[in-house]
Amino acid sequence: MIIATLAFYLFAALTVASAFMVIASKNPVHSVLFLILAFFNSSALFVLLGAEFIAMILIVVYVGAVAVLFLFVVMMLDINFAELRQGFLQYLPIGALIGIILMIELILVVGGWHLSPDALKVIAAPVSEAAHLTNTEQLGGLLYTKYVYLFQIAGMILLVAMIGAIVLTHRQRPGVKKQVIADQVYRRPEDSMVVRKVEPGQGV
Amino acid sequence: MDIGLGHYLTLSAILLTLGIFGIFLNRKNVIVILMSVELMLLAVNINLVAFSTYLNDLVGQVFALFILTVAAGEAAIGLAILVVYFRNRGSIAVEDIHHMKG
Repeated sequence: MIIATLAFYLFAALTVASAFMVIASKNPVHSVLFLILAFFNSSALFVLLGAEFIAMILIVVYVGAVAVLFLFVVMMLDINFAELRQGFLQYLPIGALIGIILMIELILVVGGWHLSPDALKVIAAPVSEAAHLTNTEQLGGLLYTKYVYLFQIAGMILLVAMIGAIVLTHRQRPGVKKQVIADQVYRRPEDSMVVRKVEPGQGV
Repeated sequence: MDIGLGHYLTLSAILLTLGIFGIFLNRKNVIVILMSVELMLLAVNINLVAFSTYLNDLVGQVFALFILTVAAGEAAIGLAILVVYFRNRGSIAVEDIHHMKG
């Protein structure tokens, strides 16, 4: 139990520290890398909570896709980040004030949260106590039966996001020579060849 | 000392506040604003999974999965808009975005 407690504090502290570095570091590339660190640590927290599937998905989706996408965009765009940081400290006092007030309020509200005994009576899908069922199997059993329509909608959301991203960034540049297969196939010898009779000793 | 629900809720409150604070702090840089939004969504996910564990209810993890989906879509669309905007204007300063009318 003491190890779980220590692990929680370690991963929580690392998550908060790297989240702070995400918003405070000068270079956005460092921000993305700290974001990856924050995702890894919170995925460890999910393992501590017993949600292994969400933890692995967090690593695969966030670190493998989203963070790499961020890194790609940050490195692809040629941006003067020093210019963007002008006025960085201008909103620091008001931002810090609002942030600290909000954090204190939230911690006061949720920090001492205790579940009411009645809350345990309205569980929609209780975790099975069967030893042979892992977290992933239970989640899959729930997702593919009770929430299958929501699952399909989630797939549609991803499809729309993919098509939207492609449509947004796709551009047709004029004046670029491309291979047109149809034109090549339809080309006949008469269009491009002329047979000439060449007398010996003379040019064409 | 035992780790209870309150610990995880406090952690997610701190993460959410850091995300909001990041939007205040980096209000010129859209990329860091998007990263702050990702941090806030991560806080929501921690909340959902913590409640799921302590209530012994799997639905919270299903919701966390859907939030993950929406976050991935949001990041893809947001960065695509960012790339198009950069292509048109040559900068990503948030203040210039009010030029986009209609």
